[in-house]
Amino acid sequence: MKKLSILFTAMLALMVVSCNKPKEAAAPAEEPKQVEKTVSVTMVTDVGGVNDQSFNQSAWEGLQKAKADFGIDVSYKESKQNADYAPNMEIALDSDNDLIWGIGFMMADAIMEAAQNNPDQKYAIIDNAYENTPENVVGVVFEAEQCSYLVGYIAGRMTQTGKVGFIGGIEFFLIQEFEYGFKAGVKQAGADIEVLSQYAESFSDAAKGKSIANSMYQQGADIIFHAAGGVGNGLIEAAKEQGKWAIGVDRDQSSLAPENVLTSAMKRVDNGIYNLSKDLADGKFPGGKTVSYGLAENGVGIAPTSSKHVPADILAEVEKLEEMIIDGAFVVPNTAETVEAYTPVEL
Amino acid sequence: MNNYDSNQIVVDMKGITQKFGTLVANDNVDLTVHRGEVHALLGENGAGKTTLVNSLYGLYHPTSGEIFINGEKVIMDDPNVAIQHGIGMVHQHFMLVKPFTVVENIILGLETHKHGVLDMKKAKDQVIALSERYGLTIDPDACIQDITVGMQQRVEILKALYRGADILILDEPTAVLTPQEILDLIQIIDNLTKQGKTIIIITHKLKEITDVADFCTIIRRGKKIDTVRVADVSEADLASKMVGREVSFKVEKSKAAPSDIVLEIKDLHVKDNRDIPALRGLKLTVRKGEILGIAGVDGNGQNELEEVLIGVRKAESGSMTVNGTDLLGKSPREILDHKVSTIPQDRQKRGLVMDYSVAENIILENYKKEPFSKKGWLNFEAIRNYARKLVTEFDIRPNDEDYRAGSLSGGNQQKVIIAREISNNPDLLIAVQPTRGLDVGAIEYVHKALIAQRDKGKAVLLISFELDEVINVSDRIGVIYEGQIVGELKAEGADENEIGLMMAGGGKK
Amino acid sequence: MSEKKKLTDSPVWITMISISFGLIFGAIILLIIGYNPLTAFTVILKGIFSKPKYISWTVIYATPIILTGLSVAFAFKTGLFNIGAEGQYIVGAITAALAGYFISLPPILHIPLVLILSIGAGAFWGSISGYLKAKYEVNEVISTIMLNWVALYLNNFIVLHDKVKREGSEATNKVLDSAQLIFANTWKTSEAGISWRKVHPFFGDILRTPANGGFLIAVGAAIVVLIILNKTTLGYSLKAVGINREAAEFGGINVPSNIVSAMAISGGLAGLAGAVQVLGFTREASALAASEGYGFEGITVALIGANNPIGCVLAGLLYGAMKYGGSKIQPAIGAPYEIISIIMGMIVLFISMPKLIKTLKLKKKEDK
Repeated sequence: MKKLSILFTAMLALMVVSCNKPKEAAAPAEEPKQVEKTVSVTMVTDVGGVNDQSFNQSAWEGLQKAKADFGIDVSYKESKQNADYAPNMEIALDSDNDLIWGIGFMMADAIMEAAQNNPDQKYAIIDNAYENTPENVVGVVFEAEQCSYLVGYIAGRMTQTGKVGFIGGIEFFLIQEFEYGFKAGVKQAGADIEVLSQYAESFSDAAKGKSIANSMYQQGADIIFHAAGGVGNGLIEAAKEQGKWAIGVDRDQSSLAPENVLTSAMKRVDNGIYNLSKDLADGKFPGGKTVSYGLAENGVGIAPTSSKHVPADILAEVEKLEEMIIDGAFVVPNTAETVEAYTPVEL
Repeated sequence: MNNYDSNQIVVDMKGITQKFGTLVANDNVDLTVHRGEVHALLGENGAGKTTLVNSLYGLYHPTSGEIFINGEKVIMDDPNVAIQHGIGMVHQHFMLVKPFTVVENIILGLETHKHGVLDMKKAKDQVIALSERYGLTIDPDACIQDITVGMQQRVEILKALYRGADILILDEPTAVLTPQEILDLIQIIDNLTKQGKTIIIITHKLKEITDVADFCTIIRRGKKIDTVRVADVSEADLASKMVGREVSFKVEKSKAAPSDIVLEIKDLHVKDNRDIPALRGLKLTVRKGEILGIAGVDGNGQNELEEVLIGVRKAESGSMTVNGTDLLGKSPREILDHKVSTIPQDRQKRGLVMDYSVAENIILENYKKEPFSKKGWLNFEAIRNYARKLVTEFDIRPNDEDYRAGSLSGGNQQKVIIAREISNNPDLLIAVQPTRGLDVGAIEYVHKALIAQRDKGKAVLLISFELDEVINVSDRIGVIYEGQIVGELKAEGADENEIGLMMAGGGKK
Repeated sequence: MSEKKKLTDSPVWITMISISFGLIFGAIILLIIGYNPLTAFTVILKGIFSKPKYISWTVIYATPIILTGLSVAFAFKTGLFNIGAEGQYIVGAITAALAGYFISLPPILHIPLVLILSIGAGAFWGSISGYLKAKYEVNEVISTIMLNWVALYLNNFIVLHDKVKREGSEATNKVLDSAQLIFANTWKTSEAGISWRKVHPFFGDILRTPANGGFLIAVGAAIVVLIILNKTTLGYSLKAVGINREAAEFGGINVPSNIVSAMAISGGLAGLAGAVQVLGFTREASALAASEGYGFEGITVALIGANNPIGCVLAGLLYGAMKYGGSKIQPAIGAPYEIISIIMGMIVLFISMPKLIKTLKLKKKEDK
């Protein structure tokens, strides 16, 4: 009891202090900002949060790298509910940032609305190309079909069963590019390899990802690629349990299951964020445009850890394909028709 | 009993005062008990008896005052301290683990063990030795749920003795016993005191005090009124000291004038919650202008009978008519609408909404009727006016219809229920254990109210576990045993022993 | 009731103490993980009060949880534990999104119609649990939790249906203008609106947010609940069943039908919460990976508000303020947003331990 009463008194004392002090304590913290005028960039995550093992996390890594390399101020704000996007845009606006990032196409509406209301504020969005991009907005998209093509080729070369799988998030063009790139890559490896394909209609339902993966493995697929955000965590879990291969997406997902993640189709959101933030700092903000990053710009690629499980000869072939794409020797298909029309190239 | 040693004081409580906020539950109370003595604590409900023994048992920490055990001053801040000083308590509601056996319950918390393994053999031997020494017959291997209430009480006493108790506190020990079991208990108390144990017994039944106690301390409104040698006083003396005025024990009533049948139950079969038959072909009738008393030990179907009468339990078969209308299987609402009112057994659980005010409780059965409400809107003015009228008429104290029902004393809670039920102007009034836990003054009030209803020509069905009450209040008595009326007799000149025998299943059919 | 109670014994006091304790606890956690609690609380306070639009956002955040709080509190008052406000909210929200898009009516009819349909949907969802309890004695805690999941997946099934889904999104189409509750929604972005907003900085700032009529609806609902509970025979019987089911049954009150009614009203309030959120703010219902938590936050609100309707409005505002203002510590000082959940959790914990607070108080008195 005595201890409790001491604790109580301590709490009271602390309460008094915390009630009285804040004004003086806070004032000096804000001043230096105005003096130095460092470029400051903030990002608002979608509901995945900053530790989503996927593009939100990758985006934050990009910002941190930018901070380390050329000293800009960076911060982030997580969205917990869909209803948080709009207020979070306001919060980002109020904290005087030079550029506000929206991470993910789910924030397209919120960014557009904010950009229209605040024409003097610069915005950028990952994974979204507006039809009419306002002058103060940049859309950043990635040529996802290119990296998908490369992992598709690896999957096609390495499958034992002649069957591979693809799990998509929600079915629309942005994700379909992964699917078609992947299918084209598989086709490059062997025309008779079957690709099972299914959409989870979600980007976060890991349980659903796991059940789709399990059923694909049951149908004989031994390698499954996903482009489904958090849904993919379920796939990787299933791969681990069944001792099969999974191919990660967005980031190098090897760390999630080092023995079961064959490779990852990396969408270098971090590079995208880093590059554009650098442009901003250099005063070259490409407002009103959609910027596309592909293999050539280091915007997409396969994971550096691929060499762990993928034999060197296959990797050499992948490298060759990569060069051909960069050189423009052929265009990677990104629609159902172009995949249909695709004929494997000579290596 | 006269087994005490007047030179040896074992318990000496001096100037005990216990305050709860502004309420003074004990006000400078002294209590002196000698070795081998049976000392009764007598008082009305809420007088402060239980508070006093709770201080002795370490459950409450007195605001002021001192406690000496065998001459040594002890700070009783925990029941464990009390147990260490040889004090044991048998609560009114037994604290037993029902699926455990008798021995398991007795040794609970003090298990004998050999290298960490429970040594049941040794424990059982010890328990049997104890029970033989004090004449406490038990079946050591039976489960608590399968034995009688009387045996459960013996288990509780053994539990205290097993923990080395020399001073036993018994809180209302006879409330749940049959007349025969009460005799057994008296014998047990005699055995215990002969072997030097000291007994403090809490009760508000005067007869028990004259039967077993050597001394009696009377407490009224938290204050000690007197300590008397029981041999020197009469029951009437004790009662007037307890209540503070003269009390009449004999229920005054004129001869009954029964006429038409109101309630008629035929061949009623009902199962209890465990799906075991509780009523097996019960049959009874109650007429206008008479009180039928149902005598019996708790657990012989009274509870199920009450529930069927109210309409909350389904019957298997049989019939139950009120004024010729079959009401078996009807909802409580329909039964109420057929002019049947009930004073339920458990006033706190079934009679009152404790967090509601007196006024809100008074309209519980009629809140949907005008003038208390109109088209779904409550009319508080009408409710209050009506409640105020009843509060005055039935002398509910405090005289405040906005008072929270749960804060009233037991007697006044019962008055609220009686006011509500009687003001319904029923043809049939059912009263189940209407005086349970009430003090002498309140009991007198309830009995008079029941008789007044009879005299108005109502039919009254009284179900009670108190044999005295049934004999005193009723005009006819039906004895219930294992779900049947095993005997019926006139109340006037009824022989308590004969009824007691029937209640225990020993009567003629 | 006639006993005069000291201020320090009243539930309001205990709530105030609990809130202080919760904040202090949050401060200690912040200190431990290396952030200055004073700076954090300053950010929070400024983030709530320093601009008109912040206050508006706070109210917007508070609106749905006031209503789910009322829902849970109403159930508590009638002796039921409605953990299903979450599911009832979802059902109400999807109903509002559908009725707000597929039905076309003038606003004067459209808004009430959508609200009524959503209340009805929530009430239906709640009454399932009520019926199961009344008829088969299924514990409402279990059935409401299960129904939360059913509501979640039903919502996703409907949202992702081809005819409902908005192209390239995980959400429904936006509700029509005739159904939305946002103040001056089209006018404020028009030329006239923009210039008016420049001249009137205070209201202009508020109009930057989707300030809407939802809060007024929530306050109205609180008043209606207050009236139902205290002035009507329905409230009388519901409370009687809640306090003492057996006594109510013995007194001739139809207990099963009261349980169903109580759950229906509770569910209707949660359904209204969903409708208000959709019509007043999001204008769409989204596919959900997991519960958004409005119903669970309602439990917190009800507990802090001591199950009193007015208390729920205040507690909802507190929670809304903490949710909105509290989230600002993340970009400002990099402290985790979760601290707010910890603080709210601790407040509830302290509120549910009034004995501890009383003991501390007593001890303090004795020490003197």
